Amino acid sequence: MKNKRFYLPAGMPAPVPEADGLDAPYWQGTRAGKLMIQRCRQCERWQWGPEWICHRCHAFDLDWEAVAPHGRIYSWERTWHAPMAALKDGVPYLSVLVELVHADGIRMVGNLLGDPLQEVKIGAEVRAVFEPHDEAPSPYTLVQWEYK
Amino acid sequence: MNERALRGKVAIVGVGETRYYKRGQSPDPEFCMALEAILSAAEDAGVDPRQIDGFASFYDERSTSVRLANALGTNSLRFSNLVWGGGGGGGAAAIGNAAAAIVAGIADCVVVYRSMVQNTARRFGQGSDKSTIEGANALTVPYGVITPAQQYAMKVTRYMHEHGVGRDTLRAISLASYHHAQMNPRAVMYGKPLTGQAYEDSRWIVEPFRLFDCCMENDGAAALILMPAERAAVATKSPVYILAAEQGGDPQGSSRSHNAPLYATSGFTTLAPRLFDRAGVKPQDIKFAQVYENFTGGVLMSLAEHGFFEPEEANEFLVLDNLIAPAGKLPLNTSGGNLAECYMHGLELQIEAVRQLRNQSTAQVAGADLGIVISGPMVNPVSNLILGTADTL
Repeated sequence: MKNKRFYLPAGMPAPVPEADGLDAPYWQGTRAGKLMIQRCRQCERWQWGPEWICHRCHAFDLDWEAVAPHGRIYSWERTWHAPMAALKDGVPYLSVLVELVHADGIRMVGNLLGDPLQEVKIGAEVRAVFEPHDEAPSPYTLVQWEYK
Repeated sequence: MNERALRGKVAIVGVGETRYYKRGQSPDPEFCMALEAILSAAEDAGVDPRQIDGFASFYDERSTSVRLANALGTNSLRFSNLVWGGGGGGGAAAIGNAAAAIVAGIADCVVVYRSMVQNTARRFGQGSDKSTIEGANALTVPYGVITPAQQYAMKVTRYMHEHGVGRDTLRAISLASYHHAQMNPRAVMYGKPLTGQAYEDSRWIVEPFRLFDCCMENDGAAALILMPAERAAVATKSPVYILAAEQGGDPQGSSRSHNAPLYATSGFTTLAPRLFDRAGVKPQDIKFAQVYENFTGGVLMSLAEHGFFEPEEANEFLVLDNLIAPAGKLPLNTSGGNLAECYMHGLELQIEAVRQLRNQSTAQVAGADLGIVISGPMVNPVSNLILGTADTL
């Protein structure tokens, strides 16, 4: 992402918080450059994606905490066939699944910044790169990843 | 035998299909196709279509039970059922639900069906053009992870990484479907053989899937008619019996943002042992497998989860010779399957299993008396079933 502000071309659907507010703290966090993830106040386990209840102890007592924005590549894919019109000139591109080992192994999907033809190594360390879309009607920030 | 089991209590007595078309090429509307398939299945079963008193389907079936019952002049509509969940995961589950209704006395003659004509409906392999996205999709779509192929590619890559599985396994699965389609005049890819080189030369869709690792999109309809076993022997010369049918998935299998605890699976780790246990048979007893190919990687994983080989043995097991009729170790998708016969959301696989057990397949497996159908690997819920001849009861 040397010369472009966004990894993927313009015209991708913009994420908006859910109507019931479940994931709003996550999206608010990304605007501030933080990875806010659910953590149960009762059993102290991290949980992702968000839910109203702790999957493990069934407490309705979930907090949102900032987690250190780094992880390891758990899996990856390189897309060659554009799945929507906006991506016609955007292929190939790399998407990665990143495991946050220090937060009970929760996983996040993002893009791997850099050459889309680069070799991707499962297990490699990556850090989060916040990608703000300030001009969007409802501004939002995506969470991308790059090799450490 | 456990009273609370399906084993041997219900039979498939008739099957019917329309002609299968490439997507958008059906001359007839979807509802007409559904009627045609159901009437064909009723004729095959030798039952008056008005006797059908139950309708079961899956995913987003648009030909509803009430409209079908009205059109057919159904004497008494007693059972209407649709399995939740994406794609073909509910294929075997719809048969299981129909069988359960029969065993419980809720219905006596249930049709399991699927109709799809895409010239008016949205395509499967394309994202929508909405300007905003929320919920689970907001965590993947903005990163270009949108279509089913993209949702599952990372699962398959992780699996291949964990178990040292090579891409040749995916090629063998694809070639097996195309091989069998060349013997099946109903197959959309009949007369269009695929070579290993053509497979390797085909374009990437999303790594690790090339074009020929992905199912087709088709128009058509398919139907199967189920009746209680004791009436089946009267209705047809060659009833095919349900030994077990299961549905479900791995724990938290559809957790958002790819957070399923057992990530690199196709969702059958709990279902597969339960299926064999309730059918009272073992993987080595099975003579053929009809496995839903949304993408070849799901076939790879689900066959291992059903115990046909250990993941570490996949490279040796998944070679073309082992997968083809009449005498391969485990003939796979003997009509051509979703890749080369028709993508009727896998219901064509159920019909092919019935043909094998009636000794009527265009790629007949020698001594076929027990077969397995695996529906919708990697989606959630998934389902599976084991069918057998009267001799296996």
